[in-house]
Amino acid sequence: MNLNLTLIGQAIAFAVFVWFCMKFVWPPVMQALQERQKKIADGLDAASRATRDLELAEEQAAEQLKESKEQAAEIIEQAHKRANQMIEEARDNARLEGERMIESARGEIEQETQRAKEELRAQVATLAIQGAERILDSSIDEAKHRELVDKLAAEL
Amino acid sequence: MAGNNPTSSEYIQHHLQNMTFGLHPENGLGLAHSPQEAQEMGFWAIHLDTMGWSIGLGILFLWLFRMVAKTATTSVPSGMQNFVEMMVEFVDNSVRETFHGKSKLIAPLSLTIFCWIFLMNLMDLVPVDFLPMLAQKIGAWFGADPAHVYFKVVPTTDVNATLGMSLSVFALIIFYSIREKGFSGFVAELTLHPFNASNPFVQALLIPVNFLLEAVTLLAKPVSLALRLFGNLYAGELIFILIAMVGLWQLPLHFAWATFHILIITLQAFIFMMLTIVYLSMATEKH
Repeated sequence: MNLNLTLIGQAIAFAVFVWFCMKFVWPPVMQALQERQKKIADGLDAASRATRDLELAEEQAAEQLKESKEQAAEIIEQAHKRANQMIEEARDNARLEGERMIESARGEIEQETQRAKEELRAQVATLAIQGAERILDSSIDEAKHRELVDKLAAEL
Repeated sequence: MAGNNPTSSEYIQHHLQNMTFGLHPENGLGLAHSPQEAQEMGFWAIHLDTMGWSIGLGILFLWLFRMVAKTATTSVPSGMQNFVEMMVEFVDNSVRETFHGKSKLIAPLSLTIFCWIFLMNLMDLVPVDFLPMLAQKIGAWFGADPAHVYFKVVPTTDVNATLGMSLSVFALIIFYSIREKGFSGFVAELTLHPFNASNPFVQALLIPVNFLLEAVTLLAKPVSLALRLFGNLYAGELIFILIAMVGLWQLPLHFAWATFHILIITLQAFIFMMLTIVYLSMATEKH
C-alpha cells in the first residue's frame, strides 16, 4: 500500500467526471424529468376538468330531457283534447246530418203521400163513373156528369 | 495461476500489486518489476491499472448517461432512459432528504460518486485471474517477464483511488464550510466547540483542546471515507483470491461469495455517496 501520484491523478479524474456530470448529464435529465412531471400534472388537471365538464354536461342533458318530456306530455295532452273535440264535432255533425236527412225523408214521404192521394183521387173519379155507368147504364151522359164527379172527387 | 508455480503467498502478493509506472532511482523511468521496486519509486509513481480502469469506467458511466441525457424526451421513457432516470431520481431524492441547502454541485457529485464507485467495485466480480492473466499474455507478447507483469483490476482496492476521492470531498467540505460560515466562522467552529466558557481566560485555555478534538473529527471524515471503501473492497478481493486457490471447490465458493459481494459493492457505493452528502450538509448548516 503505497501512496503515490495515483492519488492526485484520481482526484483530478474525479473532479473532471463530476464537472462533466454537472455540466452535461444532470441538467438535461433533470429538465426532462421536471418537464414530464409538469406534463403529467397538466394531464391530471385536464382530466379532472374534463370530468367536471362531463358532469355538467350530464346535468344539462338530464335537465333538457326532463324539459322535453314535459313538453311532449303537454303536446300529447293537447292532441288528446283536440281529438276529443274533433270526435265531439263529428258526432254533432252526424246528428245534424241525420236530422236533416230524416227531415228530407219526411218531406219526400209527404210528397209521395200527396201524389198517391192525387192519383187515387183521379182513379176514384174514373172508377166511380165506371160504377155509375154500369148502374145507370148509359143513362148518364158522360160528358155531362163528368164535371160533377170530378167535383166529388176533389172533395175526397 | 500466475508465473511458474508460485507459492501461495507469492500468488497473493502478485495479485495485490499494482502496475506501477515511475522513476526508479537505479532502473530509471519504467514499470516496476517487483513490489519492492514500486516501493522504491516513492511518491512520484503512478498506478497505470488503477488509473486506466477508473478512468475507463468513469468514461463508460458518463458516456452512457450523456447518451441518454442528449436524447432525453418528456414522453414515455423506455429502456436505458428509464434506468438513467431511475438512478437520477434515486440520487436526487437522497440529496433532497439530507441536504437542505441549495447547491447545483451536490446532486451531480453524488450521482458521479455512486455510479463511478459502483462500476469500479463491480470489477471485483470479474474472476480474479482473468484480466491479470490476459495482461500477462499481452506483457509476454511485448517481451516482458509474465511473472513481473502486475495487474490489479479493481481500482477501489487501491487506497490511492479511494483517498483521491475522499480528499476531493474533504476539499469540498472545507470550501462549503468557509463559503457558508466565512473563514472566521469556520475557525470558530473548530475552536469554540464542544467546550466553551463565558470567562475569556478559561475560554483561551479551552481553545487548544477544542481544536484538537475538532481537527480529529474533521480529519477523520476523509480518512474514514477512504478507508471504509478501500477496506471493504480489499478484503473482498482478498477473499476472492483465497477462494481462487482452493481448486475445484472454488466454483461454488466463488459463486456464494460473489452473490454476497453484490450487496457489499452496492452498499459501499451508497455509503460513500450518503456520507458525502451528510458531510457536505453538515458543512453548510450553521450550528
